[in-house]
Amino acid sequence: MSRLVVGPFNRVEGDLEVHLDVENGRVRSAEVSSPLYRGFEAMLIGRDPMDALTIAPRICGICSISQSAAAAQALAAAGGVQPAPQGALIAALIQAVENVCDHLTHFNLFFMPDFTRPCYAGRGWHRRALDRFTPAEGGAQRAALRARAELMHILGLLAGKWPHTLAIQPGGVTRAPDERDRTRIRATLRAFRDYLETTLFGAPVEEFIALATPADLMRWSRGDAGLFLEIAADLDLDTLGRGAGRYLSFGAYPLDGGPVFAPGLWQDGGLAPLDTAAIAEDLSHSWMLGPTAHPFAGDTRPDEAMREGAYSWCKAPRLNGQPAEVGALARQVIDGHPLAVALAGGGVLARVAGRLLELARTQIALERMAGAIRPAERFMIRTPPVREGQGAGLVAAARGALGHWVRIEGDVIASYQIIAPTTWNFSPRDAAGVPGPLEAALVGTPVAEGEETPIAVQHIVRSFDPCMVCTVH
Amino acid sequence: MNLLWLQAAGCGGCTMSLLCAEAPDLFSLMEGAGIELLWHPSISLETGGEVRALLDRIESGAQTLDILCIEGAIARGPRGTGRFQMLAGTGRSMLDWVRSLAPRAGHVVAVGTCAAYGGMTAAGGNPSDAVGLQYDGALPGGILGEGFRARLGLPVVNVAGCPTHPDWVSETLMMLAAGDFGPEAMDALGRPLFYARNLVHHGCPKNEFYEYKASAEALSEIGCMMEHLGCIGTQAVGDCNIRPWNGTGSCTRGGYPCINCTAPEFEDPGHAFTATPKIAGIPVGLPTDMPKAWFMALASLSKAATPARIAKNAHADRIVAPPTLRPPRGRA
Repeated sequence: MSRLVVGPFNRVEGDLEVHLDVENGRVRSAEVSSPLYRGFEAMLIGRDPMDALTIAPRICGICSISQSAAAAQALAAAGGVQPAPQGALIAALIQAVENVCDHLTHFNLFFMPDFTRPCYAGRGWHRRALDRFTPAEGGAQRAALRARAELMHILGLLAGKWPHTLAIQPGGVTRAPDERDRTRIRATLRAFRDYLETTLFGAPVEEFIALATPADLMRWSRGDAGLFLEIAADLDLDTLGRGAGRYLSFGAYPLDGGPVFAPGLWQDGGLAPLDTAAIAEDLSHSWMLGPTAHPFAGDTRPDEAMREGAYSWCKAPRLNGQPAEVGALARQVIDGHPLAVALAGGGVLARVAGRLLELARTQIALERMAGAIRPAERFMIRTPPVREGQGAGLVAAARGALGHWVRIEGDVIASYQIIAPTTWNFSPRDAAGVPGPLEAALVGTPVAEGEETPIAVQHIVRSFDPCMVCTVH
Repeated sequence: MNLLWLQAAGCGGCTMSLLCAEAPDLFSLMEGAGIELLWHPSISLETGGEVRALLDRIESGAQTLDILCIEGAIARGPRGTGRFQMLAGTGRSMLDWVRSLAPRAGHVVAVGTCAAYGGMTAAGGNPSDAVGLQYDGALPGGILGEGFRARLGLPVVNVAGCPTHPDWVSETLMMLAAGDFGPEAMDALGRPLFYARNLVHHGCPKNEFYEYKASAEALSEIGCMMEHLGCIGTQAVGDCNIRPWNGTGSCTRGGYPCINCTAPEFEDPGHAFTATPKIAGIPVGLPTDMPKAWFMALASLSKAATPARIAKNAHADRIVAPPTLRPPRGRA
């Protein structure tokens, strides 16, 4: 048996190190380590509760708006207030724009370039992969950068800037869009649809959304999505890095008529009720001190001795004592999209296809949201300062379920706990020795003779679209 | 010119913002400026062993390094070991790597307020004991020391901002690559003057409200946010309202205050970010280069002279009173 240490692991957001025990050309076991600790939860303690809206987004430069939304919703819950409905709509719209941009960045900049590697020279698709996804040169990369930057004009308009906006507040949003903004937003979304339909999907997004079975999916040959599916079929990415099929979603984009994507838990091939009171963070293999606790009772005290036996700053969140996978695939499965349901439990192919599916569906949702903007209404209500109380903000970041749990005592933050999507996906083992979702998915991965940084491991890790700066925060 | 980019203890948001560069896009900009990426964690193909080999070549001198960009603060904890951030796969802390690589670089660029001064990573008691490359907050020093000079003679160039505007970074890099950036191009805190010689106040769409001290009392009101809502755009450097963000945005255009994110120690203002601290009802921290008595005198005068249109709009969430139309003169 040999041991491989993989790092620095790039084209993931933040720092990641993976330890692999390899036997007979396969990964026998994996340990996933988050090697950066900053201590955002500790920074927030003792501060004015509203400061969370400035500080929490700065946990992460890629899911910044999701952090804003979670903080605003947690503060609203603690204060027992509801945002103005049109304010909630704008908050959802700008969060959806960020999520779409993140999916786009992941596919074009983070995930696909691995197929340009020389180890794939000779494959029928390699030349096209090089043309499209060579870092900084490929046509798909440049087109995606331009489309992303233009779509983010919506954020310039509604959120002031990206990342790190202060526009989302417990009572709504700080800027009331007018009829001109609404017109401009619609025009920007039309341009983005053009990009999706000429470049990424090569067909109307509705056609991609209409795919109902994996067989239909694998027949999709248009756009860069088609190139991915051709590669996925050739390399059997379906069987690579399969998950346990236990998915968690807090739902996405709470609007007047309910969330755009439903919340829930998926296990044993079906939906189950989601009880967020059954969430607890286990610290047995983390460089953290304290007992296993629900985030309302949790604490973040780093183990400065970095004790033996622990191997990550990441805590191990569990739901009913078990790990759960989160992300676009989880959201789409739980929302009941037939293609996603058919892909449940899948590996690299399922996660990436789930993201493409969500991208297409979110375009439609964005157009609907833009159509529902009513400039004459209020976009924010005044909310009184929260002096005492506790609340949770449970949202959909691009990478999956994101939760903030805040407790306010005597006008200041007494406790602030965060569980980010990659905290779930890249969690270390728990006290029972149960590995986190990535650790489990890596078991059995082929490692070729002489490979220092196994390519199959890279595909699996990146298929989760990890955000390591969020993971530990 | 080649460039190595490392992400230290930060959020990665300055890279994400940089990817928003437009007309042309980032990759075209870099190509046009002749800047070749040796490695960037979000962009480059190379991972794991390939990166370790590159770092070894730079360290041994086999590979020349022209520009080293560091994004994120440097975590010194716990207890000075730097182990709160290990550069994955290398068994060494980021602290150790940056200390080793910086003297080998032609130029060192701190991208973002974290890398420059510690920034948000150093907030709230600074759990990771983070500092900037050449500053600890406003104090010269940091991990490289006040006397540090990169190979070509410049101290660390502090492209501060949280996040940085994409153009602040790309234009600094293009000027460095072209040899157009010398010590005279930086302010006293090492920030490029091309954006630090402006105030966020310049070009702020709330200027008319400011003139009359027609102030918003709560977020979502469109009046000036200086008096009550913590805005320090009159003191903060940045051309945010001259060269907007993501098309047409800026913090104040988004309806929320400037929190002086280009400055050292902005992360701990000593009061809530969105509240203006006051003594006897008078805001503390007035514009730095205006005599206080004059400011107070002008403010009370202009408040008294506030036109009804401006007073009304200041407390609304949109313009409710449009400009008064004058009948055209002449053509009788």
